[in-house]
Amino acid sequence: MLKDIQVTGKKDTRSGFGDGIVEVARKNENIVALTADLAGSLKLNQFMKEFPERFFQCGIAEANMMGIAAGLTIGGKIPYTTTFANFSTGRVYDQIRQSIAYSNKNVKICASHAGITLGEDGATHQILEDIGLMKMLPGMTVIVPCDYSQTKAATIAIAEYQGPVYLRFGRPVWPIFTNEEDFKIGKAQYFSEGSDVTIFACGHLVWNAIQAGAILQEKGISVEVINMHTIKPLDEDAVIKSIRKTKCAVTAEEHNIIGGLGDAIGQCAAKHFPIPIEYVGTKDTFGESGTPSDLLKKYGLDIPDIVAAAEKVLQRKNNN
Amino acid sequence: MPPLNEIASQIRRDILRMVHGANSGHPGGSLGCTDFFTALYFQIMEHNPTFSMDGKNEDLFFLSNGHISPVFYSALARSGYFDISELSSFRKINSRLQGHPTTHEHLPGIRVASGSLGQGMSVAIGAALAKKLNKDNHLVFSLHGDGELQEGQNWEALMFAAHHKVDNLISTVDWNYQQIDGTTTKVMNLGDIGQKFEAFGWTVLKMDGNNIDEVVTTLEKAKSLTGKGKPIAIMMKTIMSKGVDFMENDHGWHGVAPNDEQLEKALAQLPETMGDY
Repeated sequence: MLKDIQVTGKKDTRSGFGDGIVEVARKNENIVALTADLAGSLKLNQFMKEFPERFFQCGIAEANMMGIAAGLTIGGKIPYTTTFANFSTGRVYDQIRQSIAYSNKNVKICASHAGITLGEDGATHQILEDIGLMKMLPGMTVIVPCDYSQTKAATIAIAEYQGPVYLRFGRPVWPIFTNEEDFKIGKAQYFSEGSDVTIFACGHLVWNAIQAGAILQEKGISVEVINMHTIKPLDEDAVIKSIRKTKCAVTAEEHNIIGGLGDAIGQCAAKHFPIPIEYVGTKDTFGESGTPSDLLKKYGLDIPDIVAAAEKVLQRKNNN
Repeated sequence: MPPLNEIASQIRRDILRMVHGANSGHPGGSLGCTDFFTALYFQIMEHNPTFSMDGKNEDLFFLSNGHISPVFYSALARSGYFDISELSSFRKINSRLQGHPTTHEHLPGIRVASGSLGQGMSVAIGAALAKKLNKDNHLVFSLHGDGELQEGQNWEALMFAAHHKVDNLISTVDWNYQQIDGTTTKVMNLGDIGQKFEAFGWTVLKMDGNNIDEVVTTLEKAKSLTGKGKPIAIMMKTIMSKGVDFMENDHGWHGVAPNDEQLEKALAQLPETMGDY
């Protein structure tokens, strides 16, 4: 049952990255880290202390950082680039496209402060388009873990996973409710099995989806909550299996409803088993300054928004 | 192996025939940089035509101004990376010889895609850092157009290389003053590029890129200056389309293929020394 999911603590997902990269770097000497003046924000302090010769400060020059990362792979290094999600993607799209994706370089693009929960810094820094930008690149894997433990697990897992990866995480302190060992790249994670509606979520909104699922269960609705932490390659088998059963779905993500997880689920459904879908995400808009919780409310990404979307999609299914 | 100037003559023939065969491509910069590629691939670099992407224990070369792919492809084929007959597939469907160099079709000798300008120096720096981490004493060479230095990423890379003492890197700038819309002086004046590199903390050499003996001695000198805490740059003056009198120094030949008559006239100026493909 959703209400039985155990919360073991609270931490920011970026700390999962910082702890994960140290752990994996101790085992794999080819791992190197680069940053563009955001080592502290990306929690690289321990890595820098333990592996000073494997750390490259690039200054405020993200385009160069991406190119250097591509070059480091030639010779077998596994570079992890670190900066905010906005500067990890939109700012350097062509560098990623040509020098990393098209060149099939084994670069791990690690992006913090993604989404609207970045908060007070406002829309200049709150990228809501990055999942779309990255998943459109041929060969790019896109992973959006949901909590500290899963971010740590993903940070470790991508080292052994050949090819370019976009790993997206964030700034706010968030409940920890998964176990590291339950994460597998490309494998959907189930939090409940249900038969009336499926909620597909990623990132911070997995927690909101679980809470929304618990509320819906109390109303007598049988909910399947699935964490789609890997948006590309999408676990299509899991998606198809679930929607064949529930015949309607809600997607929830801290991203524009254009281009993100919702689009991926919608395309999969349209190809294999068309169903009504409601999309929880930002509605083709920029964000603004505010606390993360105020922003989640204002932009329709909060628990009640997911509950309402589920009720709406159920009604649409029943009217069909 | 024939003398370097004879190899260069054959590479220039390859370039013209490839661009003519595809009826597209960039002969101007390719012909201008032919003597540089010849010196690099046939004398200066320790490299292994049995290609491995990681390139450990050999010198590496990165072409940043990817549009001069014809000279790169010919130099690779003529030094044994792949069969010269494949040069005829340049820019055609299902070819490994794409318009701009790419790893995507697995052409031996290419380690990164280039074409979108201004990215090659960063990649070369990364490869040079990997060599240092791997305790591999071989060098990384790169080539850049002068026009492409208008891209800001180069200056980020210049700063980084000096700051991090990337002293196993030799970057050459093809300083021919030409870009698509006209001369660099008119389009966006780069000023004294050598002084700019020096101001960014690089050791700077100069050479006449169309005097093959001078190219060899300058590259040898550059090699002797590596390992001293500073990245090395060579300001290479070249003549666009060097070797074909009616094409020389004319930016109109940046990205235009010769017609049948022009090809014949051009080839007549360049002896076939190693056999056409």
